[in-house]
Amino acid sequence: MTDQYDAIVVGGGHNGLVNAAYLAKAGLRTLVLERRSLVGGAAITEELVPGFQFTTFSYALSLIRPDIVHDLALTDHGMKVLPLPHTLQVGRDGDYLVLGSDTYENFHEIARHSIEDAEAYLDFTHMTERLCHAMKPLMDMVPPNSVSDHPDDLAAMARLQEYLAGLDEDLQELLEVIWTGSVTEILDRYFENELLKSLLASSSIIGSKVGPRSPGSALVWLYHIIGEYDGTFGEWGFHKGGNGGFSRVLARAAESWGATIRTSAPVTEVIVNDGAAVGVRLEGGEELAAPIVVSALDPRRTFTELVDPSFLPDDLTAAITSMKFQGTAAKVNFALDGLPPIPGLEGRPEVFEGFTNIGPSIDYLETAFADCEAGRFSRRPFLDVCVQSTLDPDMAPPGKHVMSCFVMYAPYHLKLADGTEADWDAEREQLGDTVQETLEEFFPGFGKLVIHREIVTPLDIERTVGLTEGNIFAGELFAPQMFFNRPAPGWNQYRTPIEGYYQCGSGTHPGGCVIGGPGKLAAGQIVADRQMAVG
Amino acid sequence: MPKRTPFFERLAPYNEPQVWDHWVGYLSAPRYQYSAITEYYAIRDGAGVFDTSPLFKYRISGSGAGKFLDQMMVRSMSTMPVGKGRYTCWCNSEGFVVEDGVVLRVAHDEYLIATAQPNLRYLRRLSPGRNVSVEDVSESYGMLALQGPHSISVLRELTSDLEDLGYFGVTNVVLGDIPVTISRTGFTGDLGYEIWVEHATAEALFDLLFSAGMGYNIKPVGEVALSMARIEAGLLLIDVDFQSARFAWVDAQRETPVELGWGWMVDLDRDFIGRDAIAAEDAGGTTRWQTVGLTVDWHDYERLHEGLGLVAPKEGVLTQDTMSVYRRDGTYAGYATSFVFSSLLKRHIAIAKLPLDLTAAGSQVELELVPIHRPENVSATVVDMPFYAPAHKLGPVGRPSTAPAMTEQ
Repeated sequence: MTDQYDAIVVGGGHNGLVNAAYLAKAGLRTLVLERRSLVGGAAITEELVPGFQFTTFSYALSLIRPDIVHDLALTDHGMKVLPLPHTLQVGRDGDYLVLGSDTYENFHEIARHSIEDAEAYLDFTHMTERLCHAMKPLMDMVPPNSVSDHPDDLAAMARLQEYLAGLDEDLQELLEVIWTGSVTEILDRYFENELLKSLLASSSIIGSKVGPRSPGSALVWLYHIIGEYDGTFGEWGFHKGGNGGFSRVLARAAESWGATIRTSAPVTEVIVNDGAAVGVRLEGGEELAAPIVVSALDPRRTFTELVDPSFLPDDLTAAITSMKFQGTAAKVNFALDGLPPIPGLEGRPEVFEGFTNIGPSIDYLETAFADCEAGRFSRRPFLDVCVQSTLDPDMAPPGKHVMSCFVMYAPYHLKLADGTEADWDAEREQLGDTVQETLEEFFPGFGKLVIHREIVTPLDIERTVGLTEGNIFAGELFAPQMFFNRPAPGWNQYRTPIEGYYQCGSGTHPGGCVIGGPGKLAAGQIVADRQMAVG
Repeated sequence: MPKRTPFFERLAPYNEPQVWDHWVGYLSAPRYQYSAITEYYAIRDGAGVFDTSPLFKYRISGSGAGKFLDQMMVRSMSTMPVGKGRYTCWCNSEGFVVEDGVVLRVAHDEYLIATAQPNLRYLRRLSPGRNVSVEDVSESYGMLALQGPHSISVLRELTSDLEDLGYFGVTNVVLGDIPVTISRTGFTGDLGYEIWVEHATAEALFDLLFSAGMGYNIKPVGEVALSMARIEAGLLLIDVDFQSARFAWVDAQRETPVELGWGWMVDLDRDFIGRDAIAAEDAGGTTRWQTVGLTVDWHDYERLHEGLGLVAPKEGVLTQDTMSVYRRDGTYAGYATSFVFSSLLKRHIAIAKLPLDLTAAGSQVELELVPIHRPENVSATVVDMPFYAPAHKLGPVGRPSTAPAMTEQ
């Protein structure tokens, strides 16, 4: 083996690409190895029907760290995010709620349902903006090592504690709820209307095995509103050409900084010699050497598949083994012959330009979650519906549409009525039918518009993307698996016990979504370690 | 009482906030939606429609028309082929800019021009007895700017006669059964067309375009979205980035073509109004400043606002007023006239007037902001304009790709 590369990144998902771009920018000869024939991981766009671009998995953008956009000059490589003008919560019997960008338009829209909620929404919005602003620095830092007694680590912990203690008291109190509590504990302080509460609570269950009343849902909620669009927290957009379009932007940026990307190159193991990574072995036996190997895969694969876990300390393997993945999300994507009708909003096609939520009450969401707890997919699921072709005309032929439906809940471990494990491949079409029936209930006549249907189960996510148990965040966004503990206490700073072996996937801080933070922060550590080694 | 353009009745239902601005006496929408950002992206990604009907419109015809325009305009017009347009400015005899605009040559002896201010008397006084006829056709035509990468897709639903219309080309076509004059021009820096339509058929044309554009995210766009786009394109706006020499009080308010960055228009070997003054400016080195682009340092902008406990404002940032610019040592240097957060470029950009020693790309300056009541400076770099110039603006329009999402920008 010859050292053709300084660093090899295993996995061409968005974090792998971000990591490679930063490493290449720092002057490292960097190679990305992607198992599939296309880069992007879960952020891909596929033309499943001629002219219809499907966002098979990930479908919207908000959390991408703004400094990455600048550091990697992503706009030079075609980054273009079309902002969603509003969110539509579809109710029953012609009821609905549309929240957009205008403060007092929102006030009057909510006032149709509750005048006190309308006013409370002003306070709530101000609170969430301050909260997101306060927490944002934590998203962009390497978290301190909480189990080390090294003076530098102790000092970092002290600085963090000082920062948190310096926050306004109302935020500190709120953070205690957020770390351990449910989103309804927060929403009930402000609101009475179910449509509004369920609209806001939808962010608290995305991709996670929690209901809005479950402890832990508050943290999932915060995570999904701390992203931003042009400086406004909680705003989302569609990347041109879907999130696969964004992956291609990252690939071009990485290549322009000098990285090499090789697809159809599955890595079977990281080669370790004397406790240090020296390269990788590909399926078929080819070996590639590099003193730095970065895994962009999830923690389970990083620590139990790419390397022999016997190299690792017991506490780390124990933490990784007990880490919760338990995917609960599915996708059902449609090619449509036209826009579906919404009772009460006839003749207003523009309402489809944002997120459209189906899940009109907290009870609806909890009932959906109860199915999940019982090992079933929800008989009436929560759906996050996006008709991307309304904002991005190139996603479907003129007059036609693509509709991405994110489905909660669909547990990875599916049970039959007798309690035995069910086979997702056998249940797939039933999931599709359930989603379609739900859509028909809220958009009467929906079924007649369907040209094509793509069903993506948690098992498909695992098999296709490589995310353990189909967890879209590469590990649940629960407090015991976040920040100090992502993916494991003491191993939350992108290093591993194997010298030269690093981790940069969404299973590291800050976590999942198309965010880039793990890739960026890991690159910072790698470059710093290298400078230290060189002296 | 403000006047209404021929498209007003059609546009009014789109105006969600129901706010109207007054533009040279006409009702004109600042925005049609609560946030201008979706309109902006119609221009940058789909098809945006801006009602430019309030512009003053003139037909200049006769055997002496070309010669007259050659004399008046900084750029020669008679050397332009029929079916072409040219962007130009015109000056007073002191070499100060009066106005700018696109002159379209629609026939051998016939030109059209749309201007921001009234010019019938001005044009007629400059053209006595030269076989030139100047006609005010402002009220005869409605004018729509159809702008954006999908502007051609919309038109293609209505005609196949625009495939070969190049950048700054102009032609007469029939859309549906409506005859129009259409030029591949605009004020957005994107692929775009400007359509002249007779008043009587204006509403029918509007309906035709919006039904053809349904699958291409066609949207009416207001003044705010247009400004966001035109600043990115480095296009100067009268009464914002410069003043007409005609109505200015003192020369400090007046600017020469070179000072406005329009030196490329000037051919001193030709005779035209202001030529001698501009030649003297050139020879004497009396150019006082130049118009340049500024990009604000992203990290410094974040640092400044974070340091004050604020979220750095981005979406909706648009100032079309004077902002001071300083040298890095803190001494006064010049001023910005337009400042915007570019959503596409993800940075704050400005159009500024700076002394000649600071106009080279890469020069470092400070831009004055007022984040909380008191002024604070943020680092900025001088850059060449335009800030944004997509290849599809200039290139052949071609046929849409079979896999549009895969295409590069």
